[in-house]
Amino acid sequence: MLCATSRLLAARAASALPAHPRGRGPAPRSRRRELHFPGHPELPPGDLLAGRFAGPSVSTGRRAILRRGRMPPAAGGGLAGSELRPRRGRCGSQAARAAGRDVATETATARSPKRPAPLSSRRFEAAGRWALLALVTLTSFATRFHRLDQPPHICWDETHFGKMGSYYINRTFFFDVHPPLGKFCAFLGSMLIPLAYLTVLELSRSLPAALLTAALLTFDTGCLTLSQYILLDPILMFFIMAAMLSMVKYNSCANRPFSAPWWFWLSLTGVNLAGALGVKFVGLFIILQVGWNTLSDLWHLFGDLSLSMVTLGKHLTARILCLIVLPLALYIATYAVHFMVLNKSGPGDGFFSSAFQARLSGNNLHNASIPEHLAYGSMITVKNLRMAIGYLHSHRHFYPEGVGARQQQVTTYLHKDYNNLWIIKKHNSNSADPLDPSHPVEFVRHGDIIRLEHKETSRNLHSHYHEAPLTRKHYQVTGYGINGSGDSNDFWRIEVINRKFGNRIKVLRSRIRLIHLVTGCVLGSSGKVLPKWGWEQLEVTCTPYLKETLSSIWNVEDHINPKLPNISLEVLQPSFPEIMLESHLVMIRSSVWTSFFLTTFLQGNNGLKPKDNEFTSKPWHWPINFQGLRFSGVNDTDFRVYLLGNPVIWWLNLLSIALYILSASIFAVAVQRGAHLPVKVEGLSQVLLRGGGQLLFGWMMHYFPFFLMGRVLYFHHYFPAMLFSSMLTGLLWDTLLRLCAWSLASYPLARCVHVLGILTLLLGTAYSFYLFHPLAYGMVGPLAQDPQSPMAGLRWLESWDF
Amino acid sequence: MLGFLQHPVMVTAEVNLNMVALTAMGLLSRLWQLAYPRAVVFDEVYYGQYISFYMKRIFFLDGSGPPFGHMLLALGGYLGGFDGNFLWNRIGAEYSSNVPVWSLRLLPALSGALSVPMAYEIVRELGFSHCAATGAALLVLIENALITQSRLMLLESVLIFFNLLAVLSYLKFSNSQKHRPFSPRWWFWLVLTGVACSCAVGIKYVGVFTYLLVLGVAAVHAWHVIGDQTLSNVRVLCHLLARAAALVVLPILVYLLFFYIHLLLLYRSGPHDQIMSSAFQASLEGGLARVTQGQPLEVAFGSQVTLKNVFGQPVPCWLHSHQSTYPMMHDVAAPLSPHAQEVSCYVDYNISMPPQNLWRLDIVNRESDTDVWKTILSEVRFVHVNTSAILKLSGVPLPDWGFRQLEVVGEKLFRGYHESTVWNVEEHRYGRSQEQKERELELHSPTQVDISRNLSFMARFSELQWRMLTVRSDDSEHKYSSTPLDWVMLDTNIAYWLHPRTSAQIHLLGNVVIWASASLATLAYALLFVWYLLRRRRRVCDLPEDRWLRWVLAGALCAGGWAVNYLPFFLMEKTLFLYHYLPALTFQILLLPVVLEHVSDHLCRSQLQRSLFTALVVAWFTSACHVSNMLRPLTYGDRPLSPSELKALRWKDSWDILIRRY
Repeated sequence: MLCATSRLLAARAASALPAHPRGRGPAPRSRRRELHFPGHPELPPGDLLAGRFAGPSVSTGRRAILRRGRMPPAAGGGLAGSELRPRRGRCGSQAARAAGRDVATETATARSPKRPAPLSSRRFEAAGRWALLALVTLTSFATRFHRLDQPPHICWDETHFGKMGSYYINRTFFFDVHPPLGKFCAFLGSMLIPLAYLTVLELSRSLPAALLTAALLTFDTGCLTLSQYILLDPILMFFIMAAMLSMVKYNSCANRPFSAPWWFWLSLTGVNLAGALGVKFVGLFIILQVGWNTLSDLWHLFGDLSLSMVTLGKHLTARILCLIVLPLALYIATYAVHFMVLNKSGPGDGFFSSAFQARLSGNNLHNASIPEHLAYGSMITVKNLRMAIGYLHSHRHFYPEGVGARQQQVTTYLHKDYNNLWIIKKHNSNSADPLDPSHPVEFVRHGDIIRLEHKETSRNLHSHYHEAPLTRKHYQVTGYGINGSGDSNDFWRIEVINRKFGNRIKVLRSRIRLIHLVTGCVLGSSGKVLPKWGWEQLEVTCTPYLKETLSSIWNVEDHINPKLPNISLEVLQPSFPEIMLESHLVMIRSSVWTSFFLTTFLQGNNGLKPKDNEFTSKPWHWPINFQGLRFSGVNDTDFRVYLLGNPVIWWLNLLSIALYILSASIFAVAVQRGAHLPVKVEGLSQVLLRGGGQLLFGWMMHYFPFFLMGRVLYFHHYFPAMLFSSMLTGLLWDTLLRLCAWSLASYPLARCVHVLGILTLLLGTAYSFYLFHPLAYGMVGPLAQDPQSPMAGLRWLESWDF
Repeated sequence: MLGFLQHPVMVTAEVNLNMVALTAMGLLSRLWQLAYPRAVVFDEVYYGQYISFYMKRIFFLDGSGPPFGHMLLALGGYLGGFDGNFLWNRIGAEYSSNVPVWSLRLLPALSGALSVPMAYEIVRELGFSHCAATGAALLVLIENALITQSRLMLLESVLIFFNLLAVLSYLKFSNSQKHRPFSPRWWFWLVLTGVACSCAVGIKYVGVFTYLLVLGVAAVHAWHVIGDQTLSNVRVLCHLLARAAALVVLPILVYLLFFYIHLLLLYRSGPHDQIMSSAFQASLEGGLARVTQGQPLEVAFGSQVTLKNVFGQPVPCWLHSHQSTYPMMHDVAAPLSPHAQEVSCYVDYNISMPPQNLWRLDIVNRESDTDVWKTILSEVRFVHVNTSAILKLSGVPLPDWGFRQLEVVGEKLFRGYHESTVWNVEEHRYGRSQEQKERELELHSPTQVDISRNLSFMARFSELQWRMLTVRSDDSEHKYSSTPLDWVMLDTNIAYWLHPRTSAQIHLLGNVVIWASASLATLAYALLFVWYLLRRRRRVCDLPEDRWLRWVLAGALCAGGWAVNYLPFFLMEKTLFLYHYLPALTFQILLLPVVLEHVSDHLCRSQLQRSLFTALVVAWFTSACHVSNMLRPLTYGDRPLSPSELKALRWKDSWDILIRRY
């Protein structure tokens, strides 16, 4: 609807040309405004900062096109306006199709005389823009690389991610903190700022807005801290911002579809999406944003009756190729590399299914050959099918007093161990040794009544009408009997899922259930961790609810039976799609919903459980900068780094969001009421509604989903959203100041309002950075709650703890 | 004077017999043999206990939903003269003679019965034919699951009633918008929309989704009003303000009113007191109030106090010490939380450690610097002077040597605010006498006049609401729990009740024909909608503009109502049951005749096709009635069935129908 409106408005603006209300500039200049594609409002010529750059840049870009015949894809990448001009009617084959689109615009093009500015001044200005971009980039690099080597020890999550890194590099635990990984992270972290700068420039066509954004991000202590450490966040944020920038760029190319820059930015968006998703699942949100943008884009094209269905088909195919097929291919390729590099057995094996493990060298299932069908007398391990539950396990410890019957514990355990071994016996005959070679082999069949004897302790798997230790509605499972002789509560019926009665049971392949004969309940694991008495292994219960859930389905993994011939396991190896599926399921299952390699290698003891000494934060804490995260150091003698946003910037961001919603609603209501806005205001309102709308949407997409997540959340999860929020702030204040300047235009000093406002904001953020920089670069000395501390005056909130 | 007598008094009444007949049938189907079975059926065991609490005026806390629904059920008990004396502990237990079963079940049954004519009215107001409207009402009438659910002391049918009422009154309101805005009729329906939304939210939190839907539709309509340039700015503002007042402010006020009545009714202390803060408990009659009555307000040096942790999790607990020492030789780290330091009572056991027993007091919720420490009201923190650690409840139970009591530690690292570091005084005694005997006597007799500690309503409301939202329900795996995916095609059922001797039984079991065709209709609607939308975008208008708007509005309310009442369950982590789907199903049923009429009017091109289609619809409806009749014994539980009959009714393997083994 917005776009439809703007189309109308553009047409109206074109027709209302002579009645330009505040036609301060020379007539040809103001007429040239009509050149602009709707949605890329021209900046007012009279403005100090913008007028100097944005106006002439237009012709620079166009001239480049004329000179070289076509756009260099990335050449103008840095600067606004290089892809800015619509070249309707000049784009070869596209011209004819686009011809009927915007008659108003077309006529305007025809009418407007080209008045190229003097060559030298334009060169000068182009150089100025490059210089500004270089300045922004340099500042950001300078702040990020300053004191990068401190502290020389491992900080916070570096413990985890560094380990991952070392796994990849040479699969040893060799671990060096900063170089080269640290520099890589700092590099990506620094790149965020030019990316944000360019995005805002593209959305607002205003250098001051872009500059303000760059300053907000450069001077934010939180972004700075995060970029200085080996964490996934800088990488993730880099891909998010790069995806955003390329999306905005390809939106700007919308008037020249299928041109080289269009293809370039479109496919680059896809590449960055794959990158973002490959780092963390949080990358999903930028995918949703790009997806939404693409849908609305297609919707507009679809409504354009001048485009034939064939053209639309091409548009659709191009997007499917670049935004779905390409990222998916890259994502899968990453996994392929990942699985190829990490093909060795490691501490994370137990999380995965038996078949998955068979492909890890060093795992006992790798290249193993075992008997295929289960027979009486076989020694087996039994693994739960639900991810990260482990093997059926027992050990010489009893359930404590008061927890069901005082019999031997039965648990599940994630690691391989002799106590996972069980022997299958017939329920009624104990005497005849089935391994006696004189006896014929008797296979276990679907529906048989069996007994499972724990090999190490010779007790039978047993259940009875007692409450399970943690899940009160289930029955307790114990080890019972002496040397294999127990009672009828030791009898289980073995069933294979989806098979006929009488079939044999296959190792690894068959999905089996064990049904307790007396009570009719099903053996399962609740997945709950037992207290210390159960060695923090997982609870095993017998559930009376006969639902087919994975936690009550098992498979046989190891199988030892000397009487049977071994077969190779090669045939059982899963295919690549199966591996993909399984590893994703494991990721989702394990409560840590973050990068893949993280979950694979983190074992319970130092996993991302909330550290005992921290209260994890709530999403509503984040935008108000309620409390930070201690990166390093606790006491006053330590070198302390505290992850906390620069409060001046964060609170400005918060205020800006409210202000944005207010001003955008005012404009939207005004348009809906049919108010006739002056051309200039209309241009600004378009920047606000469109560009700002995208940024606000990005902020919401990267923030609100966290309210729905039950997992452990940390402060740093907010930073992608914070990038969007800062960009919005830059765009908003620039626009508002321009509006101010416009409404005060009758006063002599009106033009200074904009310049002064922007300068104040820039200097203010810089000064606040000067105040708060010790948070990021590290501080030693008394804690802030000590009045002696130099930071004492900066502890503006009780909850800050540095 | 007597001018009014010059004309005869005329009453012109228009009676829609359709409506009357539908209402009568609704009442008949829902009220027939309402007091049977005279036993606790399924979740009646859950709601019943709260009814008893209401009857006895005892405070309780139920995290499952706001109090309005419980109050409505209790109203039934009040009208029936229920004294609250019944032990609600077992499904199937026979009701004693003092339980007015009929009147307890009356309100849900009435709500269910009135949903039938309301379905008719909604489809009418959406602009569809009488035929479609009657069809919708008949489908609601014969839907077995809706019948079962409304004949018992349960809340779903009341929730559905208010959901439908909200949608209906909004439609009435928006239809009168075109002709006579700001007329009494307009105001009536607008206000009723707000009140109905509030009631729906007040019964179950999921009612909030219907409220949001209505709010969303109202927002879109309001946006059109803003765009209507024939209206003056002032008039637009009046429109917006009226909507905001009736649809936002009013529901909040009504919601508060529920809590006000709730707290007014329940003034006695009861079993759930412990979850609430000390101040809240003190505002109830009996319980803590009796203990703390008359005790001095301000804590002084020499006071004897009990200190309660404000966090209240994992269980409410008080600072405690006893004559046992920590067992092993250990450093000053706390026994179970090694990052924090131990807290102990210091007696010189020759352990060569200096006493460090000074604590600084922080009143967290003080209003001015001069505030003194008050009993119950003040929330305080204790900061250890030597180490600046904060006294905190770590919540970890100590091993046997600590008698499984919870660990208390000095937190060194975290200095932000957390409730586990905050304590308040509950009991307080103060005496001046130095003489031991006298002092004891003095301590046990109240010395000062009690000052009023009654909390304001808003304070009590916000605490109660917060606790209700955060109270942890115990892990409740249930035999009949199901997942949202099982609901769409009715892959599950719930056995509600089994006759103690015969095989008569009540099941929550829907009419499969209706469920399946309603789901298909939703799918058909979605496909048709996308198809039309795309074609309109290419300027191909298959439907005239007014038909199109009607079609969109019907979809927004009915398909939208289904979606908002169904999809959120995928994100919920609580135990889910089939009856959670019933509100969504009701909206889906309303969509069914709408889609059928649309197909007949717009997609059947010739008269022959139309006749064929009508014949098909009639056949389909007959089969729905037939299925409904077949399942009737399981809906009413009035007739024992033989095992073979029961087996014959088990149409899906996943249905659990109880067959007695003899």
